Amino acid sequence: MFHIYCPHCAEYREEEEFHAAGQAHIARPLDPEACSDKEWGEYMFFRKNPRGIHHELWVHAAGCRKFFNMTRDTQSYEIKEVYKIGEKPSVVAE
Amino acid sequence: MQRYSGFGLLKHSLTHHENWQRTWRNPTPKKEYDVVIIGGGGHGLATAYYLAKEHGITNVAVIEKGYLGGGNTARNTTIVRSNYLWDESAHLYEHAMKLWEGLSQDLNYNVMFSQRGVLNLGHTLQDMRDIERRVNANRLNGIDGEVLDPQQIKEIVPHMDCSDNTRYPILGASWQPRGGVARHDAVAWGFARGADSFGVDLIQETEVTDLIIEDGTITGVKTNRYGDIKAGRVGCVVAGNSSVLAKMAGFELPLESHPLQALVSEPIKPILDTVVMSNHVHGYVSQSDKGDLVIGAGIDGYTGYGQRGSYPTIEHTVQAIVELFPIFSRVRMNRQWGGIVDTCPDACPIISKTPVKNLFFNCGWGTGGFKATPGAGNVFAASLATGEMHPLAEPFSMFRFHDGALIDEHGAAGVAH
Repeated sequence: MFHIYCPHCAEYREEEEFHAAGQAHIARPLDPEACSDKEWGEYMFFRKNPRGIHHELWVHAAGCRKFFNMTRDTQSYEIKEVYKIGEKPSVVAE
Repeated sequence: MQRYSGFGLLKHSLTHHENWQRTWRNPTPKKEYDVVIIGGGGHGLATAYYLAKEHGITNVAVIEKGYLGGGNTARNTTIVRSNYLWDESAHLYEHAMKLWEGLSQDLNYNVMFSQRGVLNLGHTLQDMRDIERRVNANRLNGIDGEVLDPQQIKEIVPHMDCSDNTRYPILGASWQPRGGVARHDAVAWGFARGADSFGVDLIQETEVTDLIIEDGTITGVKTNRYGDIKAGRVGCVVAGNSSVLAKMAGFELPLESHPLQALVSEPIKPILDTVVMSNHVHGYVSQSDKGDLVIGAGIDGYTGYGQRGSYPTIEHTVQAIVELFPIFSRVRMNRQWGGIVDTCPDACPIISKTPVKNLFFNCGWGTGGFKATPGAGNVFAASLATGEMHPLAEPFSMFRFHDGALIDEHGAAGVAH
């Protein structure tokens, strides 16, 4: 069970208030019409899914309803940091 | 291989059961194999078995980082059914169902396959429309299925609350009488014993640490205990860890690995002689031969490799079961655990060639791989033997996520996805 710090509310809240929304930092192709099927398919469906450090998007669904990013270890489940949309993570996999 | 029989049991009783042959060898691997299978779970062992039995390829190694059948094979809720909507998946799961029906005889190992029927409940009008559509699709594909009304459900499961007086009244169900449960460990052990009897080497406690790829072709694997092992073809059947292996091979898969939890109660007297699943209140339950209720529900929403999930997910699971069966409200739960399931965006598996030549993946089964164990092993073995995908596996290419030919089974995949 996670105890998650919401960077918008500036408070620790229980996991039940949050919803995991998958991998973070997926950039939408600038010109979707120009994408090949392969490029578009990879943007839509292919994911990093690492065992270890992972950057992911969460939403404080039953709270402020705002999205934010989290860096988490998918093996130990340890939350390394949370940071707002648009910011860069300070903890990255080597 | 020593065959199991009633006579054998009698014979061994004379020597106090001290001379039973070991179920499989524990060999030191050779330097080179025709086929190396990474992952010694149900699917991997089934693949090895059918490779040897149906294709005569016995120079095969199964490399398992833990012990045989210790991953999701040991952690699932043992439900077997084949009532999937689309032709592609219906054919694949029905292929598995037909193999299940003769599996104990074929393996000379009792997998305790019990066709006690599977109910998929509907609680909304849309649920019922989907159920009717799916049952009709099943029947057109030669798969047994019926739509039941609450009265008929009540006759099958008298202890379930089928009244109108609930938060989500049961409006009906699909019923697949040929569905049921099987003893999950026995499936892995039976396939392991069968494969071993053909000379397949089962290499346990050995982790594949890297793949040896030269000019876009795989030529072997690196292991932590036995160094490099050469291979003509490599089949990767590692469920939750598929993305990790794919990364070693230099590509990504459209998978996310999630924890999926399950739990069992204390053993109680026989009360439930079928399998009940509900997409809407979100849970499924059956009773094992030992008497414990085997309960499961959905995945945890985040990705994780830790083989454990969060408490709120268990709480929701148990809420759903108590909603359906108020009589279970005071049953104590004995054990709870988690496995890592590799979910695919369209809730269908990937049985596929990869960008690396001679490297094949069988993954993406998500929450429903157990039911397909013999069928998936069978078609994956055929693909590894010939180098061309078996016709039943063809639609499940990983490249369907490039060309858009997805097979959307979110309805029939049911509760967990």
